[in-house]
Formats: sequence, structure tokens, C-alpha cells
Amino acid sequence: MTRYLLRRVWYMLITLFIIATFSFFLMKILPGSPLQAEDKLSEEQKAIILEKYGLNEPIPVQYAKYLGGLVKGDLGVSFKFDNTPVTTILIDRIGPSALLGFQALVVGSILGIILGLLASIFRNSPIDFSSTIIAVIGTSIPSFVFAGLLQYVFAVKLGWFPVALWGTSAHTILPTIALAIHPMATAARFTRTEMVEVLHSNYIITARAKGVSETGIILKHGLRNALIPLITVLGPMAVGLMTGSMVIEQIFAIPGIGEQFVTSVMVNDYPTIMGTTLLFAFGFIVIILIIDLLYGLIDPRIRLAGGK
Amino acid sequence: MSKLLEVKDLKVSFNTYNGEVHAVRGVTFDLNKGETLAIVGESGSGKSVTSNAIMRLLPEPHGFIKEGQILLEGVDLAKKTSKEMQKIRGKDISMVFQDPMSSLNPTMKIGNQIMEGLIKHQNMNKQEARKTALELLTLVGIPRPDVRINQYPHQFSGGMRQRVVVAIALACNPKILIADEPTTALDVTIQAQILELMKSIQQKTDSAIIFITHDLGVVANVADRVAVMYAGKIVEIGTVDDIFYNPKHPYTWGLIGSMPTLDSSDEELFAIPGSPPNMLTPPVGDAFAARNQFALEIDTVMEPPMFKVSDTHYAATWLLHPDAPKIEPPDAVKHRMQGFAQTGTKGGGKQ
Ligand SMILES: Nc1ncnc2c1ncn2[C@@H]1O[C@H](COP(=O)(O)OP(=O)(O)O)[C@@H](O)[C@H]1O
Ligand SMILES: [Mg+2]
Repeated sequence: MTRYLLRRVWYMLITLFIIATFSFFLMKILPGSPLQAEDKLSEEQKAIILEKYGLNEPIPVQYAKYLGGLVKGDLGVSFKFDNTPVTTILIDRIGPSALLGFQALVVGSILGIILGLLASIFRNSPIDFSSTIIAVIGTSIPSFVFAGLLQYVFAVKLGWFPVALWGTSAHTILPTIALAIHPMATAARFTRTEMVEVLHSNYIITARAKGVSETGIILKHGLRNALIPLITVLGPMAVGLMTGSMVIEQIFAIPGIGEQFVTSVMVNDYPTIMGTTLLFAFGFIVIILIIDLLYGLIDPRIRLAGGK
Repeated sequence: MSKLLEVKDLKVSFNTYNGEVHAVRGVTFDLNKGETLAIVGESGSGKSVTSNAIMRLLPEPHGFIKEGQILLEGVDLAKKTSKEMQKIRGKDISMVFQDPMSSLNPTMKIGNQIMEGLIKHQNMNKQEARKTALELLTLVGIPRPDVRINQYPHQFSGGMRQRVVVAIALACNPKILIADEPTTALDVTIQAQILELMKSIQQKTDSAIIFITHDLGVVANVADRVAVMYAGKIVEIGTVDDIFYNPKHPYTWGLIGSMPTLDSSDEELFAIPGSPPNMLTPPVGDAFAARNQFALEIDTVMEPPMFKVSDTHYAATWLLHPDAPKIEPPDAVKHRMQGFAQTGTKGGGKQ
């Protein structure tokens, strides 16, 4: 197990290195410069700025310096935001994003599993049909539409929650719901399909032949087996939450990574863009690792022991 | 002998997209305490549907018992609610299925799968159930039960899994054990081991066994009595000796005649031509008539009743009618019947 984990971490580092390299050169190739909006600057002023950020050095030297910084956890200095180190910006902003993403993932998947479970138990009943409708709506309508709707109804009209901004846990409720709808729909659809299939398996008949009750069939024999394929979609779902949160954070004016990323892209703030990309990549890789570990936990056939 | 199970005129149908499939069309038999009844017949003849109906494991509502009684010690299982059946399944009647590769829960430890029934039906606590599970694993011949009990199905071979399935079925000392083609999915050598196991269990416990197979070859030394099924009906029923030494129904002749023999010089095979009828529209008269070279005119018009051959032996063929022409079984069949006499059956011909 330890050997397995160590190897996974090693692969993670290699992946991060490749992504760092890729995003570095991409930024160099792309047209646009952090100075392009500042037409008022004279050539000399521009030269001074380029000098200050080390942008007039040969590209290999810039690359080497960049990598050297990465090893020390230094992601460079933001072109905007008063020359703050990118690392500091990201650390300040990761909290709200991580909290929202986590809340949405937990709420969404738990509600989705329950909904899918009910639909599979009461197949072709009104419960099943409503669950299907919820799933279709949740998958097909983008989350920012829900965000606007929730904001209008529960904040503006009813005044139950704050309209926007960040602070108390009440501030997190509407954005969490807006973010959770998509994973909930996905989890509901998947759980239903898998449960229906699992309930037709031979081992379910064996369990019935033992006299196991219907509740036992569903919870003890059905659900665990149905959850295995669900874990596969949890990964993309979590990543979707990371990127989806960009829009939601913008709508609710939440000082998170997503909102920050959008701003940075608009002003060509390369170091911050690259830093955020790396952070997203890191989050993605960690999620994949967690999912692989979860697999081993739920499915005994995929035990990771012995550094397999 | 006391009757443990009486199945009376059981009819089972399935509502399908194409119409009603008459899978079982009036099956009557009984099972005595401690005996082994084999049900044989080609695939599709309704053997599994019969056993699933007894267990009340039909895919309700589209598969349903249309008529008839299933009396377990005089109590009709066909009238039980599904809640009541939960208390009977696994306790009074249990079942071993055909495919051991898919009949165990892949994400549950073997031990827990055995203990589940014990905890439910015998009110055992975990320790007691575990102790009994270890004994059961020993009984079905699984080496190192203390290690195996904590393992998952994928860590077992097919034959070993089938032993586990047998252990699960035997857990609560059922009055009846139904084994639906328990060896069909296994290698020949493993088949023999599982058959041995079934026989030794029969001796150690007092469970009655319904042994379902499409292979008449395994029946001779396992069963006390044999029921031959065709197109949703029992066409001949009798002791092993009745069926192997004095078969009366041409379908039984066909089954015997198409058995492979060890005698390699014996090239003659009396196979049954054609294929079983479509149960959406069962034929009028004798369902076997279209494939029967000895069919009489009346076979296409009227269904034969069960004719009594002896107190233990009945067959549904017009050939047994006093007015019917006297027809002898084909040579290939006679040949094999003599072979049985040499190797012996579980009944009188033994040794
Ligand atoms: N779930 C089902 N739906 C429709 N028809 C079925 C179903 N199960 C079995 N049958 C039909 O019932 C008949 C008997 O099947 P079965 O009892 O499985 O045969 P076997 O003797 O091989 O065990 C077959 O004609 C089969 O097509
Ligand atoms: Mg069958």
C-alpha cells in the first residue's frame, strides 16, 4: 500500500511537471501581453517593466527560473494585484472555492444517490418519473441559470439568504445548491440505471433465496455494487465543480479561485494564470488518486495491496 | 413415507410483449422426506420455472402462478405473501443455482454471505453464526475455512464457489434443497466432485433434494425418483429403475438414446429430431407428437392422460392405451438400458 502510494505521488509530480512546462510555453506562444492595455506607456517605461519581471531574458532562462521557483513553492509574482506573490493570492482564495466545491459534491452526490435509489425501488411510479425529470433538468440546464433563479427567488424576493458576497455560512447556501444540482442529477441517473441492472443479477436471486428482506436486498446487496460505477463519474463531476464554480463565483461575487482566474485571464496576468492552472491540475490529480483509493475500498476485486 | 411437498396441477405463465408464454402447464408431483427427485428434460422444458415457482422467485408480476397448489407439509406456498415467503426461503426450502460465477455477491465476504441466513432465520448472534459458518465450510469440503471465511468470491475457483453456494443453501438445515443444474457450468472433474458432495450431504442431513438437470447421465446414481419434463409438463415419472430399465415414453427413450456411451464401438444414437415447441402457442394434443416417430393419429387431437404403469411409475403417452399398437423401444435405447443394468443405479440395480 505504501509502495503504491509512493509510486502514485511520483507519477503525480511528473504529471505536474509536464503541465507546468506545457502551460509555460503556451503562455509564451500566445499573442497578447500584460502591457497591451497600457498604450499610454512609453517604450522606455515598457522596457523597465519587462526588465523588472524578467520578461526580456532568453526564454530558456525564464523557464529555468520558473521551474526553480516552483520547487520552492514560488509561483512568481502577479503582474496585477500590486505585485503580490501568486502563491499568496491562491492561498487567500482557495478557501471559499474548496468549501463550495466540497459542500456541493457531498450534498449533490448524497441527494442524487437517494433520488436514484428511490427511483429504482419504485420503478415506473410517480417517484421514478419525477426523479427522471429532475435528472434531465439538472443535466441539461447550465448551473448559472439555477444560480440566477435561486438568487432571484430566495434572496431578492424572499430574502431568506444573502444575495451575494462571502462571510457567514448563510452565504454558502445558494451557491452550494446551484453547484450541487448538476452532480445530483448525474448521481441520480447513474444510481437508478446501475441499481436496476444490479437488481437483476444472479447474486440478488441468491440473496432472495436466502430469505433476505427487500430492504436488505437493496441496501446490503444492491447499493454497494451499484456504487462502483458511480465512483467513475465522481471524478469528472468533481472537476466539473472546480471549473463550474468559476461562473458561480462570478455570479455570487465570491472571492474564490474561479472568480480570480476569470479576472486574470482578462488582463493577461500570466503568472497567476499559470499558477491557477497548476492548482487545478493538482486538484484534479488528487481527486483521481482519491477515487482510485475509494474503488479499492468499495470493490474487493480492485484491492491496491502489494503495489499492484 | 410422508409427503413433504405436493405440487398439484401447477401452471406458470409469463406475460411478454408477444403474449402469454405458457412455461409450465400443469405439473403434478410429490416429494417424500429425505429422498432425491431428479427433474430432467431438454433446456426450455420448464424445469427452472417450476423450481422458481416453488421458491416463489418468479419475476412478479410478469411471471406468475396461474393455477395450482404447492403444498409444503400441507400449507399452500402459492397463497403466501412475499413477506411470509421470506421466512420460508432459506429456512424450509433453499436453492443452489447453475452459475457459481455470478450467484455470489462480489462485494461481500463469503462468511457474511453464509451467516446472513443464520442470523435471520435461527436468531443467532454473530459469534454463533460464524461458528456455524465455519462448520458448514468444513462440511462442504473447503480447506482452511478459518482463512476462507474472510475472503471474497473472486478468490475462489468455480468449483469452490459452488461449494460455498451449497453451504449457504444448507445453512439452516432446510427440509428441501433445490439444485437447479448445479454442475452444468463446471468442468467434468469438478462436476463429479459436486455430485459426490450432494450425495454425501444427502446422507449427513435429512434434507430432501430436487435435482434439476438436462443430463440424464448424472441422474442414475444421484436420484431415487425421476420426473421427465417436456414442454411444461411431466411426461413420465417413476423410480430410477422404472425410468432407466423400463422407460415408456418415447421422449424418455429419446433422452436415453441420445446419451453418450463409454462403449466406443456403439455408434448408434437415437437422437430426438427437431426442437421443442414454442410455448407462446403450445400445440394441441401431445406436445411431443411433432418430434415423435411413434406418434399416433390421436396425438395431434387429444392430450394423453397419465397412464399408470405401476404404483410408482406413470407416463403420459397414448402408446400405453390398451388399444394402442405394442411398440418396443428402439435398439439404441435397449442397448443403453442393458448398460445401466451392468453399471447400476442408485435404486435396485446398484452393485
Ligand atoms: N422471464 C421469462 N419471461 C418469459 N419467458 C420465460 C421466462 N423465463 C422462462 N421463460 C420461458 O419458460 C420456458 C421454460 O423455461 P425454463 O424453465 O428456464 O427451462 P429449463 O427447463 O431449461 O430450466 C421457456 O420456454 C422460456 O422461454
Ligand atoms: Mg433451467
